Amino acid sequence: MALMTDRKRVIGLGSAKSGTDHFWKTTITAVALLIITPMFLFSFGPLLGEPYADVQAALSRPFPAVSAALMLIVGFYHFRLGIQMVIEDYMQGLSRKIAIIVMACISYGLMAFGLVSLAQIAL
Amino acid sequence: MADVNRGNRPLSPHLQIYRPQLNSATSILNRITGIALLGGAVLVVWWLMAAATSEAYFNFVDGLMTCFVGDVLMTLCVLALWYHALAGVRHLVWDMGYGLDPDDSDKMGWGIIIGSVALTFLTIITI
Repeated sequence: MALMTDRKRVIGLGSAKSGTDHFWKTTITAVALLIITPMFLFSFGPLLGEPYADVQAALSRPFPAVSAALMLIVGFYHFRLGIQMVIEDYMQGLSRKIAIIVMACISYGLMAFGLVSLAQIAL
Repeated sequence: MADVNRGNRPLSPHLQIYRPQLNSATSILNRITGIALLGGAVLVVWWLMAAATSEAYFNFVDGLMTCFVGDVLMTLCVLALWYHALAGVRHLVWDMGYGLDPDDSDKMGWGIIIGSVALTFLTIITI
């Protein structure tokens, strides 16, 4: 303890003990979503209101299926990171922990439901 | 670290004290659109689940999402999505150290408001 300087003890840790990891992951997914979002919007949007058979055929092609899969994976991961930041801003103590866990379950749960549905259609 | 003064530090003025500005309004809206997009995401996942379940169930969910209320909701989702994307770009610009003075921040603020509306119209016309 006595041999450790204050700087040595805190360097790379940040206030939440994991440094800038959360921020950096948010940044990576944000940049990725700038490419994925238009891909998804313009492949998913036209399918709304189309007949069942056409939707099945479209989502069996690689580009629409991959766009939707990437949107589900990266989008929900980005949401999970963002909503944790919001919760940490407005909630304290046990309710904060519960809210973060619940939102993580919802994010990953919706991601899984979306991906499995997509796989059933595409494969 | 043990002797850090934790009780007596000056606090920065919070929302109730600050005069509302374009900068704070666009920032709050960025957070709200981010949270609201969960609603849109739920609808899209529900639609995908319906498409993987059966034709009858798909027609029911697809019908809900393309009725008048569904169309309004989907349009608002597109607007929220573009707004959040452009506001995110502004954060990436800020993170690189550019556009941090009030004038440039205000310009980018109007840019993301006008830009998101324009991109929403463009998206609706294209789709």
